[in-house]
Formats: sequence, C-alpha cells, structure tokens
Amino acid sequence: MTTDAIAQDSHDEHHDDSHEHGKMTGIKRWLYTTNHKDIGTLYLWFAFIMFLTGGAMAMVIRAELFQPGLQLVEPDFFNQLTTVHGLIMVFGAIMPAFTGFANWMIPMMIGAPDMALPRMNNWSFWILPFAFAILLSSFFMESGAPNFGWTFYAPLSTTYSNGSTAFFVFAVHIMGISSIMGAINIVVTIMNLRAPGMTYMKMPLFVWTFFITAYLLIAVMPVLAGVVTMLLTDTYFGTSFFDAAGGGDPVMFQHIFWFFGHPEVYIMILPAFGIVSTTIPAFSRKRLFGYSSMVYATSSIALLSFIVWAHHMFTTGMPLFGELFFMYCTMLIAVPTGVKVFNWVATMWRGSLSFETPMLFSIAFVILFTIGGFSGLMLAMTPVDFQYHDTYFVVAHFHYVLVTGSLFSIYAGAYYWLPKWTGHMYNDTLSKWHFWCSLISVNLLFFPMHFLGLAGMPRRIPDYALQFADFNKWVSIGGFAFGISQLIFLVVVIKCIRGGEKAPAKPWDGALGLEWTVASPAPYHTFSTPPAQKDIDNI
Amino acid sequence: MTNKEYESYYVPSQSHWPIIGAVALFMIAFGAGNYVTDLANEESGYGGYLLLAGIALIIYMLVGWFSDVINESLTGKYSHQMDNSFRQGMSWFIFSEVMFFVAFFGALLYLRVFSVPWLGGAGNNIETGAVLWPDFTAIWPLIKTPDGTTTTAMGWFGLPLINTVLLMTSSVTAHFAHSALLKNNRSALKAWLGLTILLGVAFICFQVLEYAHGYSEEMRLYLDSGVYGNTFYLLTGFHGMHVTLGCIMLIIMWLRVLKGHFTPGNHFAFQAASWYWHFVDVVWVMLFVFVYIL
Repeated sequence: MTTDAIAQDSHDEHHDDSHEHGKMTGIKRWLYTTNHKDIGTLYLWFAFIMFLTGGAMAMVIRAELFQPGLQLVEPDFFNQLTTVHGLIMVFGAIMPAFTGFANWMIPMMIGAPDMALPRMNNWSFWILPFAFAILLSSFFMESGAPNFGWTFYAPLSTTYSNGSTAFFVFAVHIMGISSIMGAINIVVTIMNLRAPGMTYMKMPLFVWTFFITAYLLIAVMPVLAGVVTMLLTDTYFGTSFFDAAGGGDPVMFQHIFWFFGHPEVYIMILPAFGIVSTTIPAFSRKRLFGYSSMVYATSSIALLSFIVWAHHMFTTGMPLFGELFFMYCTMLIAVPTGVKVFNWVATMWRGSLSFETPMLFSIAFVILFTIGGFSGLMLAMTPVDFQYHDTYFVVAHFHYVLVTGSLFSIYAGAYYWLPKWTGHMYNDTLSKWHFWCSLISVNLLFFPMHFLGLAGMPRRIPDYALQFADFNKWVSIGGFAFGISQLIFLVVVIKCIRGGEKAPAKPWDGALGLEWTVASPAPYHTFSTPPAQKDIDNI
Repeated sequence: MTNKEYESYYVPSQSHWPIIGAVALFMIAFGAGNYVTDLANEESGYGGYLLLAGIALIIYMLVGWFSDVINESLTGKYSHQMDNSFRQGMSWFIFSEVMFFVAFFGALLYLRVFSVPWLGGAGNNIETGAVLWPDFTAIWPLIKTPDGTTTTAMGWFGLPLINTVLLMTSSVTAHFAHSALLKNNRSALKAWLGLTILLGVAFICFQVLEYAHGYSEEMRLYLDSGVYGNTFYLLTGFHGMHVTLGCIMLIIMWLRVLKGHFTPGNHFAFQAASWYWHFVDVVWVMLFVFVYIL
C-alpha cells in the first residue's frame, strides 16, 4: 500500500464520521435532501400529481367534445385547457417522471454512491413545483392562462396573447434552468462516477439512453430559453423578431421553437427505450439482442433529431429544397427506430416469456409505439402532410407515441422497480386491472382520432361539424375510461408503499443489473464502496 | 483495481441552500412576470419589489452555498474524482450557454439570409413586397423597416474595436494569471488577474457608453428599432450580462487569491472562472464579426 493510499484511508475515516448521515425526519428530509433516492421519489410523485392535473384538464376537454356544439366551457377557456394540458404533460409529467427514474436508478446501476452533484440535484427538483405554480396561477388571473397552444406560435403568443405571456415565459425559464441542471448532473454522474471496471459499453442500456437524453437537454433547453426571451421582448418591449413590419418573420419563431421542439420529442421517448430495453430481457430471460446496435441506434436518433425540425412546418411555404431535405431526413429516423423495434422483438424471440405487469406494459409499448411510429412516417411525407397538418391525425400520432409510448414505459418501469423502491410486491390483480383497462381504453381513446383527422377534423377546437359526432363520442368514452383507470395505479402504489408481500432483493428471476444486488427496499445509501467486479461482469 | 485504491466520493449532508434558491427563483420569475405585465397595462404593483427581493435572496443563497463549498474544499473533503465532477459540470454549463447564444445568432442569420430579403421580394415572394410594402428595400443593416421606422447602424470602428482589443487582451492576461498560479508565482498571479478584471470593467464601461451613444438623438438606435436594433441589443446585451457575471467571478477569485486560496494542484474555481472568461471572449469575437463588421 502506498503512502497515498494510507493518506486516503485516514481521509476516509474522517469522511465516515462526519458524513455518514441518516435521514432527517418530517418535511425537512424532503426539503433539504441530497439523497438521490429521496429526490427520485420527489420527482416521481410530482410527475404523478402533474399527470393527474393535466389529465383532469383532458377530461374537461373530452367532456366538451362529447357532442357537437358548445356545452361546458367557453372557447377561450377551452384553448387555455388544451395549452396547459400540453405544457403540463410534456414538462410536468413525462420529463420529471423520467428524471425521477434517472435519479433513482442511474447511481444504483453504475455502482455510484449518489448523483455527482447532490445539492444541485435538490435544487433542480424544487424549482419545478414553483415553476408550475406560476404557470397554473395564471388560471386565476384576470387574463386567464396561456391560450395559444403548447407550441406558443407567434403571433398568437405575442400580438394576440391574452396578457399572461410574461408568466408563461418566466415559468418556462425556470423550468429550463431545472432541466439543464438535472441534465448536467446526469451526464457528469455517468461520465465520472461509474464503478471501476464499468466501461461505457458495459453500461446498462437504460443508462445509455439517459446519457444521450441528457445531452439533448443541455443542447436544446437553452434554445427554448432564447426563443421565449424573444417572445417576451416582442410582446412587451417592442421588438419585432416575429413581426414582418419590423423586418422579422413569424415563421422564424417556428424554426427556433422546433429546433428545440424536435429533440424535445426524443427527450421524451429515448428514456422509454431504455426502460423497455431493461424489462423485455428480464421477462424473456435472455440478454438484450444487439446491445451495441441499440447504443448506436439511440445515438443516431439523437443526432438526426437536430436536422428534422422543419417537418413540423411543411405547410408554412418553405422552399422546395427545404421540404425535400426535411422529409428525407425525417424518414431516415425510421431506420434506427426500426433497429430498436427489431431488437426488442428479437430479444423476445424464443425467450422463455412470462407476462408480469411490467412485461405486459412493455409489449403493449412495442406494438402501440410502433403504430405511433408508422403514423409519424405518414406525417413525414410532405405532400401527404399538407392534408394531415393540424388535424386530429397529428393528435392521434403524438398521443400514441407519448401515452402508449412514454407513459406505458413509465408504468412498465414503475412496476418493475416498485419492489426495489418500496420493499413490497405490488398487488398483482389490481395491476393487471390497471393494464387491461388502460390498454383497451387508450385505444378507444386515440385510435378513432386517426379517422377523424383523415376526415378533416382540425385540432384545438371546442366544436366540430356534425359528421364527426359518432367518433368523438367514442373517443370521449375512451378518454373517461382511461382517466379512471389511472386511479387504479394510484391505489396500487399506495397499497405497495403501505405493505404487501415482502420483496426479495431480486424479485424477477431474469433481471440483470447492479440494482438487484442490494436489498429491497434499497438502503438509504448504496455503493459507498464500489460493487464487486463479478457483479459488474454479470450484467 | 481493488477497493483500497478507490477514493471515497463526498456526498454532502442535507443542505438548506437549494430550497432557498428555488424560492428565490420563484420570486424572481413571479416578480418579473408581474412587473412586466403591470408595465404593459400601465399599472403599478408589487412585482418589481418581489423581483428585487428574489435577486437579493439568490445572492444570499449563492454566497452561503459557495462558502460551504469553499470550506469543504479547504478542509480537504474533495477527492480528485469530485474535482472532475466540478470540471465536467462547468464545461457542460458553458456548453449550454453556447447553445443559448446559438438561438440568438441563429435568429440573426435567419433574419439576414431569409426574412429581410424575402420581405424585399426575393425568392418566390415578389407579391409580398409589392402588395404589403412596395417602398421597402432589403438591405442589411436594416436601417429602414418595412413599416418605416428608421435608425442608424453602429459602425465597427471606434468603441467596438477598442472593446475587442480590451477583451482579447484580457483573455491573454487571464491565461498568464493561470500560468502564474500553476508556477505558484503568487505576485504575478495577483497582478495578471487584477489586470484581467480591470480590462473587463473597462469593457463594460465602454459598452455602456456605446449604448448611450446608440440611444442618443444622433443615432436613434433603440431596442425597438426593427430587427437590426433587436438583434444588436439582445446579442450585445446578453453578452454584456455574461461579461458582468464573468467579472464578478474573477473579482471573487482575486479576493480568494488574496486570502491565500488555490494551489497549483487544486484550483477548480479559478479554472472555472477563467474558462467562463474565455467563453465570453469567444462570443464577443463572433459578435464583432457578425453584428458589427459583416
């Protein structure tokens, strides 16, 4: 042993007595925590509360659309609901839920004692409730909440805004700060805190997908901050970035917004790929098929996401070359995505499959996400998009990838790791009810929207022509059923936290990964010393 | 590798600074929202006070948080690995700042290459120019907007050139200060770092002068003078804010140097401030080329 190592040892002892801290009790534990598991839990609960809030708005939207004509809400309030529903689901539900997974699982999966920057981690989380308090507070103001759609296109959000734009802009600013800090933390943790012997190509694919997602976040959240800043100065300080009278261009808003927005779409789906790439091998009792091709496919999707943004803008009158370029680049994304779907199916091929709830959600993910992918391919074709643009077909498309894609993967991951988080097995019967009710109702909810869109029903309207009435009725019934089904999940989680069958350290016999080498529930501090080499080799 | 060789990673105990920071950001965002809204409605409210209180609170938070970190660093709690985390964290933070400026440079290029020429009838937009603003001519700098607002363009000679020289020089002196620190030459370190700060402060003063000149009756270059004024003030303004922040960082580093902090082997904070300073210099070069010269 070298003198350095001896010095290090004495240093360690000092470290141990001053910082082997347990939990604080009560509210202070959650406010002051630097523990990645506590912060992960906070993120997950926050996401679920926001999911129910945004979901309640969707219920009102579907109730209004249950039949033609205006029955429940004013058109302006309807617009506020669709806008805030979108913003909450994107920034308040899906993204924080994934960050919650990242916080809980990444340090355990790479054998690290915690996230690299634990205090900043706390800050990243606690900004979020305040940001959404600001956004939601505008509902109670004279002006009302933002009513310009979650994409806040100028001039709807500038010249024609209802006066709440400033609150929206500053709320987005601090959400962005939160996301950037969270992403920096994830990148640094993965680059710097992997256990000795865990090379990049030995990392679980889950960790890879979050690594790549975090890069996307660091690259595009500042662009969002930039575009909302221009929006602010256009609305309140007389600039004309998005106003032709001063030399600007409203279409420029869309370019900058979608330069952020398209990578953002992948920020919400790449972690989902990571989760199902963990659950499918576990319940197929096989290793993930084509691990390295999965890594390269994920990276390719991330890189391509930077050069496809204008496929959201085919109808804005771009030069022909632009339309062709963005169409072909967009279609190119189908290749790495196809690799992924192929690998998931190949992982299941001749595996000894069992159908626990996480696996059910994963299989549903693969099939339904692929439907969303195919409708995306249809939308990618410029001439065809001229008909589909801004119709319910688009709504169907992105709900298939975000609800049956991202959200289903979140459920798969939640059921998969609930035993590790709580130390109890969840109620199997109830969880199956949750799955089957969700699966049936979600398709009733979103599948007819394809037909509505192809028939020409525009999105973001409180009223519609009579010929759309039948489909909308069924869609609304599906919507209410789906909304109620999600409450089953709440019951399952609360029951699981309060008790239930004791979970062993590794409840799934096919599961791989360092998180299963520690007890269930996971101890407050894990991997203060690195995991054994053989455990790393085993994953 | 055996566990013996593994340096333990410092996981700080519970801290109240982050939640104070979150409350401060809430006050800033909510205060700014109210302030701007009241401004637009020509009302007066509490927004501005809330904003100022938020800024005061975040300064209090930063001072407290950084004191904790400095104490932990001085008492040797940080391993080499922790130092790496800080370095990587700072690099990615600077990368995110780069992307923030990319949004504004992107807007500038889009305006110059597409939107202004199109308004003048370029491409397939002959009708746009002819129907909406037949008198409009597409030139850059856009000294007359389609709706007739006129202004003058800021030349690159004079103040901007002096500022370029100042900031370029300060980048070099910052590097000399770092070299002096590595050689443990404390007096040279103090001198070079002090000089860097002076150059930075001089830059900010000249920038203020330039703005005063822009807002004078002679130039009439305002924030709302069409897209030329918009991009000019937003780009140079955000850059100026970053220079100010960089200057504050350097001043804190200078005070810490005076107190005897930093060794040739352990000076992450100094390194971070110096990286940040080089970053604002590079942004300025881009500004000088794309906003002033071209």
